[in-house]
Amino acid sequence: MSKVTELTCIRCPIGCAITVTQDDEGKVTEIVGNSCQNGYLYAENEVTNPTRIVTSTVRVDGGVLPVVSVKTNGDIPKARMFDCMKEINRVHVRAPVSIGDVVLKDVLGLGVDIVATKNVGVMKDGRVYSRTGSGDDQLPRDSV
Amino acid sequence: MADRTAKIVIIGGGPAGLSAASSAVKEGVDPSDVLILERDHVLGGILNQCIHNGFGLHTFHEELTGPEYAERFEKIVKEERIPCLLDTIVVNIEIEKGAEAAASPDGTGIDACKAGSGNDGAALSAACGRKLVSAMNKTDGYFTIEAETVILAMGCRERPRGALNIPGYRPAGIYTAGTAQRFVNIEGRMPGHRVVILGSGDIGLIMARRMTLEGAKVEVVAELMPYSGGLKRNIVQCLDDFGIPLKLSHTVVDIRGKERVEAVTIAQVGPDRKPVPGTEETYECDTLLLSCGLIPENELSGQLGVKLSGVTSGPVVNESLETSVPGVFACGNVLHVHDLVDYVSEEAAQAGKCAAKLVLGKCPAPDAPERVIPVLAKDGVRYTVPAEIRLNHMDELQTIRFRVGGVYKGASVVIDFDDQIFRSQKKKILAPGEMEQVILKKSDLEHAADLKAVTIRVAQAE
Amino acid sequence: MVDVLIIGAGVTGSAIARELARTERSVLVLERELDVCEGTSKANSGIVHAGHDAKPGSMKARMNVMGSRMMPALSRELDFPFENNTSLVIGMSAEDRETLEELLEQGRKNGVADLSIISGQEARRLEPNLSENVTCALRCGTGGIVDPFLLNIALAENANVNGVRFEFGRAVTDIKRERGGFVVKCADGSLYEAKFVVNAAGVYADKFHNMVSAHKLHITPRRGEYLLMDRKTQGFVRATIFQCPTKMGKGVLVTPTCHGNLLIGPTAEDIDDKEATATTAKGLAEVLAKAGLSAEHIPARQVITSFCGLRAHEDGGDFILGECADCPGFFDAAGIESPGLTSAPAIGVYMAELIQEKDRRPEKKNFTAKRKGIPCMATASPEERRRLVAENPLYANVVCRCELVTEGEILDAIHRPLGAKTLDGIKRRVRAGMGRCQAGFCTPKQMDILARELGTDIGAIVKSGPEARILEGYTKEDDPVGEIAFGMKNRTDTEAQ
Repeated sequence: MSKVTELTCIRCPIGCAITVTQDDEGKVTEIVGNSCQNGYLYAENEVTNPTRIVTSTVRVDGGVLPVVSVKTNGDIPKARMFDCMKEINRVHVRAPVSIGDVVLKDVLGLGVDIVATKNVGVMKDGRVYSRTGSGDDQLPRDSV
Repeated sequence: MADRTAKIVIIGGGPAGLSAASSAVKEGVDPSDVLILERDHVLGGILNQCIHNGFGLHTFHEELTGPEYAERFEKIVKEERIPCLLDTIVVNIEIEKGAEAAASPDGTGIDACKAGSGNDGAALSAACGRKLVSAMNKTDGYFTIEAETVILAMGCRERPRGALNIPGYRPAGIYTAGTAQRFVNIEGRMPGHRVVILGSGDIGLIMARRMTLEGAKVEVVAELMPYSGGLKRNIVQCLDDFGIPLKLSHTVVDIRGKERVEAVTIAQVGPDRKPVPGTEETYECDTLLLSCGLIPENELSGQLGVKLSGVTSGPVVNESLETSVPGVFACGNVLHVHDLVDYVSEEAAQAGKCAAKLVLGKCPAPDAPERVIPVLAKDGVRYTVPAEIRLNHMDELQTIRFRVGGVYKGASVVIDFDDQIFRSQKKKILAPGEMEQVILKKSDLEHAADLKAVTIRVAQAE
Repeated sequence: MVDVLIIGAGVTGSAIARELARTERSVLVLERELDVCEGTSKANSGIVHAGHDAKPGSMKARMNVMGSRMMPALSRELDFPFENNTSLVIGMSAEDRETLEELLEQGRKNGVADLSIISGQEARRLEPNLSENVTCALRCGTGGIVDPFLLNIALAENANVNGVRFEFGRAVTDIKRERGGFVVKCADGSLYEAKFVVNAAGVYADKFHNMVSAHKLHITPRRGEYLLMDRKTQGFVRATIFQCPTKMGKGVLVTPTCHGNLLIGPTAEDIDDKEATATTAKGLAEVLAKAGLSAEHIPARQVITSFCGLRAHEDGGDFILGECADCPGFFDAAGIESPGLTSAPAIGVYMAELIQEKDRRPEKKNFTAKRKGIPCMATASPEERRRLVAENPLYANVVCRCELVTEGEILDAIHRPLGAKTLDGIKRRVRAGMGRCQAGFCTPKQMDILARELGTDIGAIVKSGPEARILEGYTKEDDPVGEIAFGMKNRTDTEAQ
């Protein structure tokens, strides 16, 4: 029994409809519908080992924001996205946080880290009005 | 009169404003002569809540998330010590009294500034009329800045439910995708747990994935048009990956729930975009997200008398991205809605550079002979940015950005010089969701001595 | 035991409360929602009718004309937006012309000043966007527009300042006559005793009346749908444009609001459900189509929101004002449909007089008639802005960018007497979220402020009613918190800075 998968290529805006056929062992036997080599590789990868970047947030203690955005710093198997989310959801970090800080090493043993993608400063007083603040006031500022 | 002065005031500290600022400084403007006015508490604009990846492939040749992309530009602003005022809202912009006569309400460009003599920047921009920018914040109060030039970079807003004429109750639980994005990504809160999304704009698609990853159930995405308004990769990675159905040619016909959303009914629409009776499907849910289009925020521009395009809702600009009010430039989503932030940065850099040239006196002498060539949109091309090119202000290469009004397969983008096809480029696909561009060479325009207009159009495959 | 218990904190109940507050007596207002102005009072045309529509001799005619005359002075006294923008009833045929003549005559009988019939040409000179088909119009110089929320809020606030107690979240379920007074029971179990009860319960006034009287009332909710347009449409019309009433109904109106929006509507549809405030595709289409008869090129693309209100139409067709014949001490202010908003101040005076006649009390010496509204940065001149900001820097911190509403104004809305507790409450007091983005940008900011000021969490903030939560929990709440995963945990905050 061969397995047939229909895909939309996302390598460029054309969005070719690609059909991939695999044999019983999962080996790709035919790829049709792609219009370039990139599409061929995308389709092959999508059926044999699809991967994704996961972006989410983790909780921050004592920061100007309650959460900080994070990402996997490399692709993880698509099928592990929700497992990865479970791990991410358990993490909490203490402010300050800087872009690139590793908040979780080698998630699920996949060889990929969860890293912060935003700077979150320390909450300085309880009455911060807008909580979008990064807490970073290094901006040059002239008073009027 | 004015509480302070600046050569270039940039309204908006999002991706457009930051790029314009850094480009103006790169062109030689002293950083202290630039001033960024940002309404939020931080720079970066909407990128702060766009925590997904996919930004920066063109600009930095790597894939970044929104906050990371914003930080790259913020860093430049900080290092160059370009002054910024945060939490600051601009309430009015006007041309200094006595100078209004110089501003021409029609045609773009500084052609109306020819009264100014010499090639000196200050004289040139003064001849355009100094701009009085009134703003306020809680630290400085209400104040006025006298500026030689203004760069509009206010971005856009989402179309709200009311503008869509969706019938039903008006309970809590109806949010634009961007508002929901802020709740989830900035506040760490869930706007709901069972979600219907109307509109397949990119933010809606991105939020379908975000809400799903955070444990919500996204029931369906309904799109009024027969095609999606979002990027292909978002449909695949945000909907297909999670088995979320996308129903094209569907709309919301009823919202139930007096206090909080309880159910949403969608129905198929016919070619007239009116619901087809008998096709209604009701989804129990607690949330309806709307991703039904973005509208450039041009209220300030309108007050200032900037001529706006009926198609983009943004200013009509020339090759320098200068509006009909001389010395006022526009870039980013306030000019026209972009699909990729990389293009915003590129466009804004052009606006920053042109504003810089004006204040530095690097523009052609105002009394130099000038050829103005309109750039027209036709046959499926909805608009072009810019809408005209002044040859003596033109760079060697000029990018013309545009969008098409429908999905075209195997069509060509054709550039006409008057009635002659100048160039034709075959495109496998053209879609309203993706911004297109063509690049014109100055030498080509110069060689066409009698050229009256450049037209960009779509030619269907035979 | 209170002297007077009023059911309903809509514009009628609030007006009566304020008038009663002029005399020495205890007054309590029970409202089922969390704020004043939550029923018919919040969803109507916002028109101050001149008074030519009601039949001479009717309560409607009497209250309308009196209310319309009171409105200009009251708007100054209580500091709410009112504009005498005049009105035109347009005619398109000889038949319409006759109807307009009748309205003119009726108006004169009712005592309406400054009425005249003008030609179609003259009407178009006044209002260039009027339809070419307009052949004549009844011009009414005393027609006006009012902010319906702020009229209601101002009346209630001023009543409260003068000693009237308001309790919210009290849905009355039962009224009994006992020991020369009344016992009023609410859904939450609370009980109140009162000497007199005033029934100002809008579409539910029949329900309460029928609890104590054998002479039954019957109120039909009459649904009216509206479309509201962006302030960019300011100047599309300056006067309120009414269509000529015909056998087919009253038609829809096209009017500016006090804040420069354009409002068109309402439809008129009798329904059974007193809660059915949902708009319908049919209704909204009808509003657009009908408004298009009055004016050319209605800017339909500028619609920012649609809404629906229910008029309390009593079978008799007139206001029912006064003591219930078979239940002394129970006063009705029922069947208050159009021109109810205009009439409210007059109904307040009238009802208070009836109660005063029944139970005369001395005037309150320290009654404060004047109210100062919340400053409005959006409409302030540059000089006023500078002065306000100098007084309180938070008047410079803009929260709602579309309507230019500042943190200072929102704080005022929250901390005034009967202050806002919900997002809708803020919206109706200071217009935050009322603009073209319809609160897309400012909702999170408003929630932060409201939560901070009420000493609660943003998760508890509601749009209007207690179930109208904006948020439903946290993104990570179902997942156990692990160890602090982040290596910087040993750094102190001081070092980190």
